[in-house]
Amino acid sequence: MDSIISVKDVTYEYKDEETTVAAVKALSLEIERGSFTVILGHNGSGKSTLAKMLNGLNKPTSGDIFVDGINTKDEENEIEVKRKVGMVFQNPDNQIIASIVEEDVAFGPENLGVPPKEIKKRVDDALRAVDMLEFKESTPHRLSGGQKQRIAIAGIIAMQPECLVLDEPTAMLDPKGRAEIIETLIRLNKEKGITVVLITHYMEEAQNADRVLVMNDGEIIADDKPKVIFSDVERLKRVGLDVPQTAELLYNLKKNGFNVDTHALSIKEAANEIIKALHSEE
Amino acid sequence: MLRDITFGQYYESHSLIHKTDPRVKIVLLFLLIIFIFLAQNGFALGFAAASVLIIMLITKIPFKLYLKNMKAILPVLIFTAVLNLFYGESGRVLVSFWKLQITTDGVSRAIFMAVRITLLIFISSALTYTTTPNDLTDAIERLLSPLKFVGLKNAVHTLAMMMTIALRFIPTLIEEAEKIMNAQKARGADLENGKLTERVKALIPILIPLLISSVRRAYELAEAMECRCYNGGEGRTRMKQMHMAGRDFIVLGASLVICGGIITLNILL
Ligand SMILES: Nc1ncnc2c1ncn2[C@@H]1O[C@H](COP(=O)(O)OP(=O)(O)OP(=O)(O)O)[C@@H](O)[C@H]1O
Ligand SMILES: [Mg+2]
Repeated sequence: MDSIISVKDVTYEYKDEETTVAAVKALSLEIERGSFTVILGHNGSGKSTLAKMLNGLNKPTSGDIFVDGINTKDEENEIEVKRKVGMVFQNPDNQIIASIVEEDVAFGPENLGVPPKEIKKRVDDALRAVDMLEFKESTPHRLSGGQKQRIAIAGIIAMQPECLVLDEPTAMLDPKGRAEIIETLIRLNKEKGITVVLITHYMEEAQNADRVLVMNDGEIIADDKPKVIFSDVERLKRVGLDVPQTAELLYNLKKNGFNVDTHALSIKEAANEIIKALHSEE
Repeated sequence: MLRDITFGQYYESHSLIHKTDPRVKIVLLFLLIIFIFLAQNGFALGFAAASVLIIMLITKIPFKLYLKNMKAILPVLIFTAVLNLFYGESGRVLVSFWKLQITTDGVSRAIFMAVRITLLIFISSALTYTTTPNDLTDAIERLLSPLKFVGLKNAVHTLAMMMTIALRFIPTLIEEAEKIMNAQKARGADLENGKLTERVKALIPILIPLLISSVRRAYELAEAMECRCYNGGEGRTRMKQMHMAGRDFIVLGASLVICGGIITLNILL
């Protein structure tokens, strides 16, 4: 496997005077180049802590993380690691730096010392990639949450990263804004080949992923295709996660003796499964 | 509304002054203000006033907007003028009471002062109406950039960054303050009535949450900036370049003519 990020036996501890909390425990993980990975887990399971280590914002207490072969602890390459692994957070308001959209998107490339002409081109490309080019000269605080978050994503794209890590980017958005972001991410992944690591609380956002990781108490307890993950309803419930309604319905049908395949995820697939099962009953 | 601080007082009317390089505008503002205060006699000041009026016409900004800015400063203007009334040292005594007297010299001083302050407000408004706060910030950063040669490189960059972030966050914080205020009102807080001390006390439950959330914002913003490869402005380039164009030199030349005119009238008359 060609990994863009390798996490090797990493532990992260938050320390204060009295207590030490291990938020990530002896975790190892490979993220494949060009893949779309979703990380699930209940509150406090260590998702954000892991995410902030992927671009070197936090350094592991023990163990190492390699981004494209560079150790995130390597101080000389700190900027390069942050460029390669772009990070988007929950609250778009606290990520936008300038009061004009295009100037905000230009912030990253400016910091990287990209020549002005090239920055202009990158800003246009990035805004086009998130479908926000027409708002180039607007001011961010007049935009909707979903639009602001897309501006934040454009600000990262303009640095031409290999990988995008997003920590609950849809948590503060309405359903329409959420759909916009997920659509944008899928497009960036498919068309630009950018690796996506998406942390979310919304199960339906995991359905499009190549791979789903479930975190619990600082560890990865499941790592598989979405269909497989969601068919194991009991495990998900055990670690305090919601289950997509379709998965739960099929699971309950199966438990009560109906012959359905619990791997169906979309409503349509689930409906077909149920129709099939009803026909075979006759 | 304050919320529109992003554009400040900016008023788009596509004039020559709008298109002038903001750096040129800032330098000329200072130059003209100095020369307005250097005008010694009525002719020089009259010439300065005429020039300022012409500049105002060129900006194509409605005159009432200029007057609006005037209104805010009117008390200061009146105060300064009245003070100057009593400062006349020579000239015929017009009125005299107690230890004070108003002389013809005092009257002319008062008028001069009032005209100068008025011109100062008009000409500064001509800058703020034709330039966005962002452009102003950028221009100030670039104008101050020679300071980096005397070891103040970081200071200039930091100052400009602070202004950029302040401009960006003022609308956000105002919105947040409104939200908190509404939340407190919904819980029965009375912000509008009562004695001054009570009203000040009522502000505390608004300021504390606002402060806490600002600290959180600042922390998250710092992380976001770090993620976007910010490292204090070292090796940073800028997307927007400022180039002086032909029209900037015309504006510059015209302003120098105004300054020259004021000095000539000062000497000749
Ligand atoms: N700054 C901190 N100082 C001390 N402990 C912290 C800090 N940040 C997180 N923790 C602890 O580390 C653990 C993991 O937190 P983390 O934020 O990584 O979880 P998460 O999965 O992102 O949760 P959420 O879904 O709420 O975002 C939690 O027990 C939390 O209390
Ligand atoms: Mg989190």
